[in-house]
Amino acid sequence: MDEMLLEIKHLKSYFYTRKGVAPAVDDVSLQVPKGKIVGIVGESGCGKSMTAKSVMDLLKYPGRVADGEILLEGRDLTKLSAKEKRKVRGEDISMIFQEPMTSLNPVIKVGKQVREAILIHQKMDKAEAKKRVIEVFRQVGISEPEKRYECYPHELSGGLRQRVMIAMAMVCRPKLMIADEPTTALDVTIEAQILKLMKNLCDTTGMSCLLISHNLGVIAQMCDYVYVMYAGKIVEQGDVFTLFDHPQHPYTKGLLASIIHLDELPDRLSTIPGVVPNLMHLPEGCAFCGRCSEAMECCKTKKPELHDLGDGHAIRCFLPAEREAAHE
Amino acid sequence: MLKSIGKRVVQTIIVLFCVSLMIFVLLRIVPGDAITTMMGEHANADTIARLTKEMKLDQPIYMQFLTYIKDICTGNFGTSYTLNKPVTELLAAAFPNTVKLAVFAAVIAWVIGMVCGIVAAVKKDGILDRLFMGFSLLGVSVPVFMVAMVLQYFIAYKLHWVDISGVKSWTGFILPAVALGWNSAGSIARLTRSTLVEVLQEDYIDTAKAKGLGRGAVIILHGLRNAMLPVITMMALQISSLLSGAVISETIFSINGVGRLAVDAISRRDIPLLQGTVLFTTVIVIIGNLIADCLYTVLDPRIRKGA
Repeated sequence: MDEMLLEIKHLKSYFYTRKGVAPAVDDVSLQVPKGKIVGIVGESGCGKSMTAKSVMDLLKYPGRVADGEILLEGRDLTKLSAKEKRKVRGEDISMIFQEPMTSLNPVIKVGKQVREAILIHQKMDKAEAKKRVIEVFRQVGISEPEKRYECYPHELSGGLRQRVMIAMAMVCRPKLMIADEPTTALDVTIEAQILKLMKNLCDTTGMSCLLISHNLGVIAQMCDYVYVMYAGKIVEQGDVFTLFDHPQHPYTKGLLASIIHLDELPDRLSTIPGVVPNLMHLPEGCAFCGRCSEAMECCKTKKPELHDLGDGHAIRCFLPAEREAAHE
Repeated sequence: MLKSIGKRVVQTIIVLFCVSLMIFVLLRIVPGDAITTMMGEHANADTIARLTKEMKLDQPIYMQFLTYIKDICTGNFGTSYTLNKPVTELLAAAFPNTVKLAVFAAVIAWVIGMVCGIVAAVKKDGILDRLFMGFSLLGVSVPVFMVAMVLQYFIAYKLHWVDISGVKSWTGFILPAVALGWNSAGSIARLTRSTLVEVLQEDYIDTAKAKGLGRGAVIILHGLRNAMLPVITMMALQISSLLSGAVISETIFSINGVGRLAVDAISRRDIPLLQGTVLFTTVIVIIGNLIADCLYTVLDPRIRKGA
């Protein structure tokens, strides 16, 4: 059994709006072992970013963590004071965002923005910190790091900016890096470079990574362990090989079926019919019931619990129980 | 950088030339002439003719203009018809008061406006936000003369906290400055709030928070610096409105400033004095805009490199 770095237990992050409460993250439990890359995959609005932001305490009003525990090496982050949380952010956990174009402050030199992260957390003078920034720039593959240090974000390409973001995220040698769709805004060749870089950095530094993506290819390539989210809940979890080779949940199967294989182009692309339900008006039973090809009568009225399939593989579905019953 | 400065200087000269031309033409279109205003209606024809010649008003209009431009270039704004003193001397005497008033007003307006705007943005939708924004609405909608007279009545006349008019000491500047800065404070507060609210939604604010920066540092180091760009432009534009608005404030509170000089010049058809005051104000407005542009380039690197 791996040693756990991050354990999220029964996390509930809700949006409290005038029209009602939207459970964006509903009873999510997940674990990130030390030195491993864990992926969260799902459609837009399924709660994957909200989960990450809950860990970083970056939820925007009217969203907030309603219940649950976020344990970093056993310490519950939700119970920390604002000052202690700040200490964790950047030093223990860092984050990379989706849009490298807008994630850097346009009026401050990129080098200084990275240096700021060091100066917040470590007792280092400015010259020393600058040296460290340049060293990290080199580590993340930024050419001419001394020159780039003095650049403003608008002078760099998207790929370089994301490298700067990665440099910023790892300059304090955090234990966990959360990457929220880090390559979605980049073109494919740059995407491959950035992913390779992230994987290398995790391997060499022993840093863990929580990778959020809607792209199954990225997840398959990067992760050791995968969580599939749908409408605020985890619907399937397992190690990357089991999950991609033997998906059990109808939603995961649908997602995998909608990947296009170039060697066997179908006449029509496979899709999952319907749309993600409105979080304010979730159905009484399983949230996926309306789109599920294998839905049964019980799915409409009862909410399924996570069903353990062994070896850490679990799905939130009635099907396995149903099959077992039929078998007996 | 040098190139853009050179461009600005050329622009400034063109603007100044156009303004002088406009003042010159306008003042000669308006009915009534200086000599009748000076001498009264019963002056005899000989005197009028002599004065007209003395003041070179008998020359063709383009000659008058050329003389005027030549004089301006040598720093000679002519002699006031009514006060019999060189215009430059009058301006030099009046300018310090206007500057004091405008600076005082700007400091009051900008400090109050920005503090209210920042607090309102940070406490968005809270009680303070609503209170400050309600006040700022009052700020942008109530005219200077109204504020001036209300302040004069309550603070000076009823409460005797400061003198009702005149500037024997610096306290005399308080009411006129508040009256003058009132509008500016309102608009600065509203603009600061709206831009800061927008900036605080930006992704790089999340990045700053994710680094572990404290709330105050995030707002000041990352939020404010971006939010200030439009605010600074507005401040520069306000320099002109503060200087021209000073006309009203100076008149109501009897302060001998450039604004009051201009009002007197208009009512007495004192052409050299009026030309002098208007041109002088123009120069100040241009300088204000120039400073704003320079600040803008310092604050926003995207403009610096693009220029």
